Amino acid sequence: MKTKRKGMSYAKWGYIFLAPFFITFFIFQFWPLATTIYYSFFEYFRSGLKIIGPNFVGLKNYAAMIKEVPKYFSNTMVMWLMGFIPQIIVSLVLAAWFTDLRLKLRFQGFFKTVIYMPNLIMASAFAMLFFTLFSNSETGPINSILLKLGIVAEPVRWLSNVWTARGLVGLMNFLMWFGNTTIILMAAIMGVDPGLYEAAQLDGASSTTMFWRITIPLIRPLLVYTLITSLIGGLQMFDVPQVLTNGKGDPNGSTNTIIMYLNQHLYSKNYGTAGAISVLMFLLCAVLCVIIYFTLTQEDDGLTREQRKAEKARIKAAKAAARHH
Amino acid sequence: MKKAMSLLTATAMAATLLAGCGGGTASSSAAPAADSTSTEASSTAAEPAADAAAEEGKVLNIWCWNDEFQSRFNDYYPGVKEIAADKSTTTLDNGVTVKWTINPNDNNNYQNKLDEALLKQDSAAADDKIDIFLIEADYALKYVDSEYTLDVKKDVGLTDDDLKDQYQYTKDIVTVDGVQKGTTWQATPGLFAYRRSIAEDVLGTDDPTEVQAALNDWDKFNDVAEKAAAKGYKMLSGYDDSYRTFSNNVSAGWVDGTTVKVDPNIMNWVDQTKTYTDNGYNNKTSLWSDQWAADQGPAGKVFGFFYSTWGINFTLLGNSLATPESEGGKQEVGNGIFGDYAVCQGPQPYYWGGTWICAAAGTDNIPTIKDVMYSLTCDADIMTKITEDTQDYTNCKSAMDSIAADPNFGSAFLGGQNHIALFAEVAPTIDMSNAGPYDQGCNETFQSCFKDYFDGTVDLETAKKNFEDQIKVKYPELSSVEWPA
Repeated sequence: MKTKRKGMSYAKWGYIFLAPFFITFFIFQFWPLATTIYYSFFEYFRSGLKIIGPNFVGLKNYAAMIKEVPKYFSNTMVMWLMGFIPQIIVSLVLAAWFTDLRLKLRFQGFFKTVIYMPNLIMASAFAMLFFTLFSNSETGPINSILLKLGIVAEPVRWLSNVWTARGLVGLMNFLMWFGNTTIILMAAIMGVDPGLYEAAQLDGASSTTMFWRITIPLIRPLLVYTLITSLIGGLQMFDVPQVLTNGKGDPNGSTNTIIMYLNQHLYSKNYGTAGAISVLMFLLCAVLCVIIYFTLTQEDDGLTREQRKAEKARIKAAKAAARHH
Repeated sequence: MKKAMSLLTATAMAATLLAGCGGGTASSSAAPAADSTSTEASSTAAEPAADAAAEEGKVLNIWCWNDEFQSRFNDYYPGVKEIAADKSTTTLDNGVTVKWTINPNDNNNYQNKLDEALLKQDSAAADDKIDIFLIEADYALKYVDSEYTLDVKKDVGLTDDDLKDQYQYTKDIVTVDGVQKGTTWQATPGLFAYRRSIAEDVLGTDDPTEVQAALNDWDKFNDVAEKAAAKGYKMLSGYDDSYRTFSNNVSAGWVDGTTVKVDPNIMNWVDQTKTYTDNGYNNKTSLWSDQWAADQGPAGKVFGFFYSTWGINFTLLGNSLATPESEGGKQEVGNGIFGDYAVCQGPQPYYWGGTWICAAAGTDNIPTIKDVMYSLTCDADIMTKITEDTQDYTNCKSAMDSIAADPNFGSAFLGGQNHIALFAEVAPTIDMSNAGPYDQGCNETFQSCFKDYFDGTVDLETAKKNFEDQIKVKYPELSSVEWPA
């Protein structure tokens, strides 16, 4: 016995410490996820106080929802882009300014705090604030300012017009998230070796050249991270349009996001259809993430996957050729 | 490998994020499944009546959607001993504490919360069980035609004699197979409340009889709208103002089997409202919006509002004041446009709303419920007092007829007019036979879908299509929508 002993095994402690996570994950995430998928194949809802189902209906829920979801998906994407594009541009500019040693911006701490502020407000409170500010009525704060200044002759019906309503959602998402993105991008830019900028300056590179040729390529991993997290967050857009439009997604359903649509099904406790939407949404999200991951990631050598494959093939061919000699 | 790992992590993260929203679906889905097997409400229905005489529960849970009933209860129920500062509870003389649960009505919210609680009624602790809940005309049938409400005569103990003075329609709508499941303190005939000053300007008179003569059918109503617009007024505030006058005069209910049948008269509302919007006869508001409420106040330029009984004392009066009562304003002439409104029958008779008190199956407070129902819906003295104090139209024929005939009765808010006399003429004609369990969802969805059409965001066909889509989401059992030819 003694001779066979090879020393203590600490592995079990690893499992013990991991257990709480896996147990909570299983109960609160895996099990609900599994039942969501399970019920998506059933007809299961409430008619008044009567519960209908669950009756197995195969792919019927999916067949019905696959026709409906694209509309809400495009609403979601449009509103996400309306927020994300200005967000990434403004954040990049701000991050570049804040980290530029030659600009030596003062009161940086103050500005960083201020731009981060909107993110500290609850999304629903923020949406409620915008709902009040951009009220359709002539007594709404923004409308009364515009009317008094003579910019418009009639009150603007912000929430009854497709593009102003979507624009407001985009604007809110932009305001809420650009501070956060700025901080992340600043961290990324500050991680770039200052020596590179010095060398570039010695070579006479302009700030623009340095930004495009040094900063952008080197912060690409964090840009991808920002894009993916924002995309996932965007796909799940809910609170802002929900509160702004009182859960209706007006006008003409143009601000109705996928999750709001899902939520509308849950009003009748329609677990079957809602489950099908959840699963479709999961697949969509996974596909989008994979596409973005592969199109944007490059490893440290700065080559894309295809370029690297070609390179490998070239080396292999060269070696093979050398062996033949 | 590294890439594979990070991809796996990313997917797992995505899965986790999604599980968050899927979680709500599935975790709560387990509950109703369990309930459906154990729900034998009929057995619990008999229970409370049996041991009612024994011990009464110490907590009376009342569910409602605004503070209308709460204030009636606190002000007029004789057994009230003490009201909590935040009004969340009311203590009664018999030691029972009333706990108020108020959930807003909009978008079926109240119904959904109530359903959730009722389905758990069996397993809830005695003091958490709902004892009384209120229902509205738009969905009364859903609850009345279920095992969750008690018979007000057999289970609660009211007698035919107690109920004899109530309007028949208020009993019919909550009666299924001869069993009455609820009772109400108000009847809700509708009238057209107009601004005296604006009527004077547009029609040259503010006398209710003459104004009524100018408005007594839709053609005349439209003519007045045109005249009002020419003088810079709006005939109505918003899109939905005249909705009930059309939706109450339909030939059949909303739903037949699993088909939604849109009545031609509802489409008349669409046509009229589109015309009004395009011609600037309305102010493009929606019911309950800020601008709609403001239009009823001192700054409003709107000729009038379709309102039923509760709307005049509960909503219109509040909105008409320049200094709200919560800020120390008084209900008196001089505060805003108090006294500037008057009422007339309008172009078509209609009703709007109405609140019924139901006793919930499983309650342990039958004696108190009986006393509450009797005091607040059958007691002629209390009914008379409510009408005299609040101008509400109460559900007591004899009391209302005597007030209607009383030459000394007049509402200061309506410039001294005896509006009860007008209501008393309309009330007996109310017919709620077309009411159904889907009305709230259908009415709200229809109004919100056609709002886009009135706004000019979509054309008529798109608005119809949107209604078809949305109503099926709200009620999955409805399979198709038929439009009038």
